[in-house]
Amino acid sequence: MRTWQRPHYLVPNKRWRLALWVMFIAYLVVGIGSVEVNWMRAYEGLDRGAKFLAGFLQPDFTSRAKDIYAGILESLTMTVTSTVVGILLSLPFGVGAARNISPKPVYLFCRSFIALSRSMQEIIVAIFLVALFGFGAFAGFLTLTYATIGFLGKLLAEEIEGIDRKQLEAISATGASWLQRVHMAIWPQVMPRMIGLSFYRFDINFRESAVIGIVGAGGIGATLNTAIDRYEYDSAGAILLIIIVIVMACEYLSGWIRKWVS
Amino acid sequence: MGQLDQSTLWHSNNRRHARIIWGFWFITVLLTVYCWQVMNEETMWVFVYDAPEQGADLLSRMFPPNWLYINQLYEALWDTLNIATLGTLLGVILAFPVAFLAARNTTPSTKFVRPVALFIIAASRSINSLIWALLLVSILGPGILAGIIAIGLRSIGFVAKLLYESIEETNGTSVEAIESTGASRFQVINYAIIPQILPAFLSIAIFRWDINIRESTILGLVGAGGIGLFLSSSLNTLAWPQVTLIILVILATVVVSEYFSAKVRSLLI
Repeated sequence: MRTWQRPHYLVPNKRWRLALWVMFIAYLVVGIGSVEVNWMRAYEGLDRGAKFLAGFLQPDFTSRAKDIYAGILESLTMTVTSTVVGILLSLPFGVGAARNISPKPVYLFCRSFIALSRSMQEIIVAIFLVALFGFGAFAGFLTLTYATIGFLGKLLAEEIEGIDRKQLEAISATGASWLQRVHMAIWPQVMPRMIGLSFYRFDINFRESAVIGIVGAGGIGATLNTAIDRYEYDSAGAILLIIIVIVMACEYLSGWIRKWVS
Repeated sequence: MGQLDQSTLWHSNNRRHARIIWGFWFITVLLTVYCWQVMNEETMWVFVYDAPEQGADLLSRMFPPNWLYINQLYEALWDTLNIATLGTLLGVILAFPVAFLAARNTTPSTKFVRPVALFIIAASRSINSLIWALLLVSILGPGILAGIIAIGLRSIGFVAKLLYESIEETNGTSVEAIESTGASRFQVINYAIIPQILPAFLSIAIFRWDINIRESTILGLVGAGGIGLFLSSSLNTLAWPQVTLIILVILATVVVSEYFSAKVRSLLI
């Protein structure tokens, strides 16, 4: 009896398929084999894992309320200022990094700045900025601003490179200056997406602000770090829940605003 | 409508619209200034002002990089690769069922199961892998295992979100065609939906792997293994030439993995 077999779309060649599977399994064997696990320690940890889960289900908002409030406030203020300043600075960098409207030297400078900003994780930048500017929210603000410039600058440049040329030509034909062209022909085309991306970045900045506190750059991360170090899993659970709720609220809000804009 | 004499300037928005936009800007400026005040209450401006000197001092300490130190990093790099790859695998395996439970067209119940799946996705997405690692190191003890699980937990949300969106975009006619043969629910998913989402699924997984390589390089800062452990110990001993080398190695790793993932994804789509 003949049975039907569905065709393989991805790797039609049978030998290649076999080879890929063999390579994959060989890697798994070697990779998992080289993971050293202290099973005794992990087993002891199960207890703490259960405690954390319990803490997550019954979070304790009250006993560290002051620290949590201060941390969240610092995170939120850091997020607002760094997003606003980051957007303002990313505009010139984004326009400068768009090939179709910028002179070559400006283009190269802006592109390399954006590439540099994007290739470094926030936390490594934060380590250096804390070393330079001292502990606290100011170093965190600078870190997030720097990261925002790279993120939005790149996306804005790509957006400008992908615009409809006809409108640019129409505005140029009226004898408009470079600034007028950017304002009248390019800005209306990229603005809706830029607004959406800005809110998305706000969201990312808030999430990141919870992390860079671990290396001393202010925000809720420091509070969370202390709570976990003291094995206060119920306070840690409360902080994590607050972060989740704020991120969800941001996402909901940005979805609503994006709908309103378009 | 304004009068159309020569002096009227052209403007694109109607009045109400303009007022809303003006109000938005006003509130934004107000909020930013207020946040700036609150944020900088405890800022020590003395430290900020001498930052250029500190920066020059730091740079002079950081260069030249300690090139020989690379011999101690190979094993850590292998660990980092393992954390990222095995973590991605774990995340993908866990994300697969979550995505099917979250997609409107495959979930068993929109009232009960879907919100739970969406909450899992939101929770996993809003918490950075470094925070997961911090927690897991405290629970399981320091080591690669904590890193793998942290990366896995963070990846669930990302992969499941993109995957359930692509499940919702699948073509309904092939589902109907398979259903009309009397296929069971699983057979419908297996024969009508999986072939449609497979390329997207693999491309999402590889994209996440690329991000995970980037994230796993720093997990060591909280004790979860990999090259970050060496970064952390070099920072703690103020061995700046070693720090420079580690950062260069991390940059190189990130660039290579990004190139590799872009290449494979362009083959898939």
